[in-house]
Amino acid sequence: MTDTAMTTTAVAETRMEDRLLPEKTIGQVHVEHPRMTARAVDVHYGAKKAIDAVTLDIGERQVISFIGPSGCGKSTFLRCLNRMNDTIDICKVSGEIAIDGHDIYDPSVDVVSLRARVGMVFQKPNPFPKSIYDNIAYGPRIHGLATNKVELDQIVETSLRRAGLWDEVKDRLDQPGTGLSGGQQQRLCIARAVAVSPEVILMDEPCSALDPIATAKVEELIHELRAEYTIVIVTHSMQQAARVSDRTAYFHLGKLVEVGETKQVFTNPVHELTQDYITGRFG
Amino acid sequence: MSMLSLTLIVLVIGAAYFWISQRTVVAMRATGQHRLHSLPHYYGLWTASVATLPALILMLLIAIGQSLLFKSWVQEFYPPELVGQDSFNEAIVLAKVMNVVAGIDFGTPEPWVTAAGEAWIRWSATGNTLMVATVLSISVVGGFFAYRKISPEFRSRNAVERILLWMLGFSSTVAIITTIGIVLSVLFESIRFFRLVPFDEFVFGLTWNPQFEGAERAGSGQMGLATYGMVPLFAGTILISIVALVVAVPVGLFSAIYLAEYASQTVRSVVKPLLEILAGVPTVVYGFFAALTVAPIVKMAGESIGLTVASESALAAGLVMGVMIIPFVSSLSDDVINAVPQSLRDAAYGLGSTKSECVRQVILPAALPGIVAAVILAVSRAIGETMIVVMAAGLAANLSFNPLDAVTTVTSQIVTILVGDQEFESAKTLSAFALALILIIITLGLNFFALQIVKKYREQYD
Repeated sequence: MTDTAMTTTAVAETRMEDRLLPEKTIGQVHVEHPRMTARAVDVHYGAKKAIDAVTLDIGERQVISFIGPSGCGKSTFLRCLNRMNDTIDICKVSGEIAIDGHDIYDPSVDVVSLRARVGMVFQKPNPFPKSIYDNIAYGPRIHGLATNKVELDQIVETSLRRAGLWDEVKDRLDQPGTGLSGGQQQRLCIARAVAVSPEVILMDEPCSALDPIATAKVEELIHELRAEYTIVIVTHSMQQAARVSDRTAYFHLGKLVEVGETKQVFTNPVHELTQDYITGRFG
Repeated sequence: MSMLSLTLIVLVIGAAYFWISQRTVVAMRATGQHRLHSLPHYYGLWTASVATLPALILMLLIAIGQSLLFKSWVQEFYPPELVGQDSFNEAIVLAKVMNVVAGIDFGTPEPWVTAAGEAWIRWSATGNTLMVATVLSISVVGGFFAYRKISPEFRSRNAVERILLWMLGFSSTVAIITTIGIVLSVLFESIRFFRLVPFDEFVFGLTWNPQFEGAERAGSGQMGLATYGMVPLFAGTILISIVALVVAVPVGLFSAIYLAEYASQTVRSVVKPLLEILAGVPTVVYGFFAALTVAPIVKMAGESIGLTVASESALAAGLVMGVMIIPFVSSLSDDVINAVPQSLRDAAYGLGSTKSECVRQVILPAALPGIVAAVILAVSRAIGETMIVVMAAGLAANLSFNPLDAVTTVTSQIVTILVGDQEFESAKTLSAFALALILIIITLGLNFFALQIVKKYREQYD
């Protein structure tokens, strides 16, 4: 689609939105055991409002997926959760985001240790141009998680095993991580995130650059990681959201429209917009 | 008719053909029966190019050919004892003839010179008429045939594209041919030098003292007082370059890191142009800054802690040269650091790296090949730099690795040798070419090496 065409659709949607966007998020924004909580979060890029009063709980050891059309703010919101937006000068976040009850935007918070607790996997596999071993060992080294080589080896092996990559790479740990296939690279990145033992892992469309087989492997991995980690995943694939997540949140034009149990959201969406998006009427 | 007015006439012919062709195809289109392959101005450009380019090239060739031809014809007039002289005397004789041609009067020339001059004038008059006739007819006829070729189906757009391709290719060839020409001219003079001074004496000799070149080397069997050992000069060059790099690499690299990773957009937009001003300061200004300001300070500072410092020390020249090449290092490093993909930074920050950890462990290793290339380019710049060392490093060819001593460099010796009136045939003058040859080989080698690294680096992220 050309740029002009896209703009036109966006305009058309906006008009529809003005009528349809709900005053308050539909569904259960709160959960019993929240790991992270967001309260009335606004995000501005300069004068433009990208996120509008989002309130949401992220349950412990749950997978929550963010879905919605392009530009709806789901990735922006995701990046607020480990303050990756700090690197963008014009981005201003207001409201409150807390992990285990502590505000992460509090001036006293050390953003470096926050990111060690809230890891991130990106859209495009981005291994460092280093060996597979050094890719995994990078995080533990900078955070001093291992006191000696044996411990470090142990962490590398465990992380690679968790990411289901150990058997494929155990004989070539000294080779560059960039030499792996796309799917392997993405699992390497997940292993790298896991290696610093985060509490929450954020995944920004982790499978969008992968083929179906590699995608299946990553999804399987998310399934296994759920036992130990809290996972937030942004995805464009509704099937993927349905397959991997416990809860699903639907974003539209910076608003959190509807959130609930994945099964309920997909089988019985309440809001018209959610319904339209899930049934493929737009997006 | 002068070449300039001839060129103008040819261009006018070209413009006329452009206009006619364009009109013709527009008229064809207006009949409604034809669909033009290309836009009308392409037909115009095609005829105009065919009318002008070959004619102008021919004009240059004829002009060059004529002067070569006349030079050989004019020898007929020389008295027998002057024929077959070496190139220098030949040039002198020719200059006499040319004076007559130009009408400059230096006393009364010999009768044969006057005769030769008058013949030259006759030839060039005929030659000029012939040239004008040929060039104009080529232009008109060429344009006419091009115009005849025009039809709605004619692919003038593609034809113009081909002509453009040739012109672009020619331009790039000019640069290459010039480089080859420079290397060859230096090479031939160097070969003459190596006939006088053995190659191994030049390359491995430890003493550089070209001042007392005399008849000894030429005939009497003695070696003479002059010695041409290039080692002290290259040692001096290397010493000063090392000092310069010790200054430029850390400062340049750190400022590049600051600009690329830490500085806000506002700071960057101010600091980067300021840094690049350093590159715009003429080297002669650096030269007297080094000689008048830095050298005395270095001397004073050294002596205050009990060191003996020459008033023109390698240290002073090297420090200033280092400042001069800071912008090379910083600007190129800034580019390669910016070329490191944002995704790698995201990955590092996403794992909880601090900025300096990200720079040290991710960005610098990824940018290293490019940074090495930047440093090598800076080295070749430092080695070739002349003005600062001429003014600040002195001329004493000491073989020393102490930066507090006065040393001299290859480039400053070349300048000293070739400045002023020189007897061209002497080994002293020719030694400048031999030095230049070695210098060219070294800097070309370094540049080639740097480009290889850059090339390898470019492939890394694609």
